[in-house]
Amino acid sequence: MATIKVTRPKLTLLEKLYFPSIMNGMFITFKHAVRSLRGKSIGGDSMNTSGLGITMQYPEQKWDDHLPEYYRGVPTLVTDEQDRERCVSCQLCEFICPPKAIAIMPGEIESDDPWAKVEKRPKEFDIDMTRCIYCGMCEEVCPEQAIFLRKDYAMTGLSRADMVNDKERLYEIGGVRTGLVNKWNDIK
Amino acid sequence: MSDSDTKQLPKDLAAENGMVNVQIDGHWIQVPKGTRMIEACKMAEQEVPHYCYHPKLSSPGNCRMCLVQMGMPPRPAPGAEPSYGENGYQEIGWMPRPVIACANTVTENMGIRTTGELVEKCREGVMEFLLINHPLDCPICDQAGECRLQEFSVEHGKGESRFKEDKIKKPKNVKIGPRIRLDDERCIMCSRCIRFMDEVADEPVLGFAERGTHTSVGIFPGKELDNNYGLNTVDLCPVGALTSNDFRFQMRTWFLKETNSIDTNCGTGSNITVWTRGNKIFRITPRQNDDVNSCWMPDSHRLNYICPTDEDRLTACLIKADGVHEETCWENALEAASDALKQFESSEIAIIASGKQTNEELFMMRTLAAELGCENLSIVAREQKSDDMLISSDGNANTTGARLIFTTASPASQLTNILEGVRSGTIKAIIAASEDLQDAAGFSADDLEALELLISINCRANATAQASDIVFPGAGPAEKRGSMINITGRLQKLNAACIPPGDARCDWEIIRDLALSISEEVAQEAPQSIDALSKNLTASISELEGKHLAAISELGDIVTETGNTIPLVKREAERKANGEIVG
Repeated sequence: MATIKVTRPKLTLLEKLYFPSIMNGMFITFKHAVRSLRGKSIGGDSMNTSGLGITMQYPEQKWDDHLPEYYRGVPTLVTDEQDRERCVSCQLCEFICPPKAIAIMPGEIESDDPWAKVEKRPKEFDIDMTRCIYCGMCEEVCPEQAIFLRKDYAMTGLSRADMVNDKERLYEIGGVRTGLVNKWNDIK
Repeated sequence: MSDSDTKQLPKDLAAENGMVNVQIDGHWIQVPKGTRMIEACKMAEQEVPHYCYHPKLSSPGNCRMCLVQMGMPPRPAPGAEPSYGENGYQEIGWMPRPVIACANTVTENMGIRTTGELVEKCREGVMEFLLINHPLDCPICDQAGECRLQEFSVEHGKGESRFKEDKIKKPKNVKIGPRIRLDDERCIMCSRCIRFMDEVADEPVLGFAERGTHTSVGIFPGKELDNNYGLNTVDLCPVGALTSNDFRFQMRTWFLKETNSIDTNCGTGSNITVWTRGNKIFRITPRQNDDVNSCWMPDSHRLNYICPTDEDRLTACLIKADGVHEETCWENALEAASDALKQFESSEIAIIASGKQTNEELFMMRTLAAELGCENLSIVAREQKSDDMLISSDGNANTTGARLIFTTASPASQLTNILEGVRSGTIKAIIAASEDLQDAAGFSADDLEALELLISINCRANATAQASDIVFPGAGPAEKRGSMINITGRLQKLNAACIPPGDARCDWEIIRDLALSISEEVAQEAPQSIDALSKNLTASISELEGKHLAAISELGDIVTETGNTIPLVKREAERKANGEIVG
């Protein structure tokens, strides 16, 4: 390794005194304090501030509109525009889930069902939100585009059982997702 | 040439032992004459991917997956002598076209290449053809995770398909028998199932129909695949074309834990693998043991297993008070049992063991009988009709073990005396282990009613448990370690795949504790583990000397001569001797 010699910068007398720099800093702080008191903090509008400073008064005020497209919130199951539940219970998400939050009981689709050719769907699908770490691996691994992390993040419950999302609730939060690949079309 | 006069060539050295020299991927090895190329590669630890080839079935060579490059020494010009190199081998001339490794045999000085551009291109091409009409429904396919098509497309496939046209549609989800579903789109026409049903099960009901890409496996008109060995076709199927109704959509295979054990449904003691997740058994599959069950097992045995999560399992000790069973703890139940037993003369007590118990458990039963001074000790005989395949005429898995441990030629002979004793009133108390007395033993409900004391060890809530005064919850065959001796005298071991549900314990522990509470001996002197018990057992039975649980080999060891044979294995040995199969 080549050695690089760095010479110390030469300081002027004023710089050596430090005092002007301290005054400079205090001036900037004071400027922001005045702005804050006048309710005109920089970026305050977009942050939904309560008016004083840029502190957001959560949960009265939320920043949800600003969540990025790739935000990883609660994992949910989705149906598609044909009202088909997309999950076929291949259990890859259960396999990949690092904290083992997902438990699936697979089942067969009855022969009188319009989607009988898909053959398989989950009988039970539980995601334990006390375990979930919102890593998004389940969404990434899903071969059927059935599981998505939504922007919801405020999962609360009064008991551990409350924190387990069952199949019904997962579809309720997940809703309908359009424009997905339709693997089970007529050719199939 | 003077060198070869003094030094023998490798081909002569090999020929002396009936071997030939083969060069596999650059290394020379000796293999027995007449070995298939694919088997020679296996010996050289070079895997050749294959679908249709199975050592226990004939080799039609129709999947073309096992293509390898072959080379032979060039034929010498007329009058010329073959020339040998420094290492004593002739130079190999490689053939420009590949050959299938499964149906060709090796010869002296042959060369095989299982790698290289030609072979890799061949595999890529075959995989691409096989996947042309494959539906790629792995997410819903039960075979996913143990699918040869998945494995080989990762290992040898092209990675992407150039096929733009629509795939051929074929019947899916067809019920071809009471236990089996067929998906023709997934089938790769390896014909293993067809050959199995024809050659092993001897009931040809499957065949190919149509031609070209429309070829599909189907069942003969008016027939169904209801043979008792039908589920073996599901194991044989390298893809998910044949799936079992019992295991259908129950669990993905990668979650399952495999435990090697043996089947306890009959005296054959087929080697099995128990597939579990958590404490639940999901399926049983046969495990290869060429001396016991080859690669097969009957459906009736495969589907008949006791799982810890079954609803009829007993999970707590029960004591009958005023005709109603009440749950209690082990201490109370054992104390109640020993107190009750002490009310009887030893001649008034009978002990009924089971031929389905392990050697260790039978040994504990014998110890208990000695402790009580009781001479009425018997197992329950289970004569049945052999199917001339793998189901033996003995319904008990361990009659041979009972013979050795009870040191009698017919361990079930006392049972009629016990039954007569119960009816005449000379026997007033019975300890029954792992047997439903109303089943094979021939006791009636009245007989059990007439007893003053009935203590039973049961894993299931059956009629005997219902009639018992004290019930101890026992363990099922998949929950215990132990050894059994099959009808041919082969000592094999059971391994625990699950743990017993609730308070249930293994039979040997229950009997040990019962014997201890009767004798009031110091508990430390009794065996503390199944291994310790196994060592006690092997020390006292001369045939089992040195064969404690940890010393029994994976495929079992012959410990006694019985003169019995297993019909299917015998037939298979004949077919192997005739050269019909590799074996």
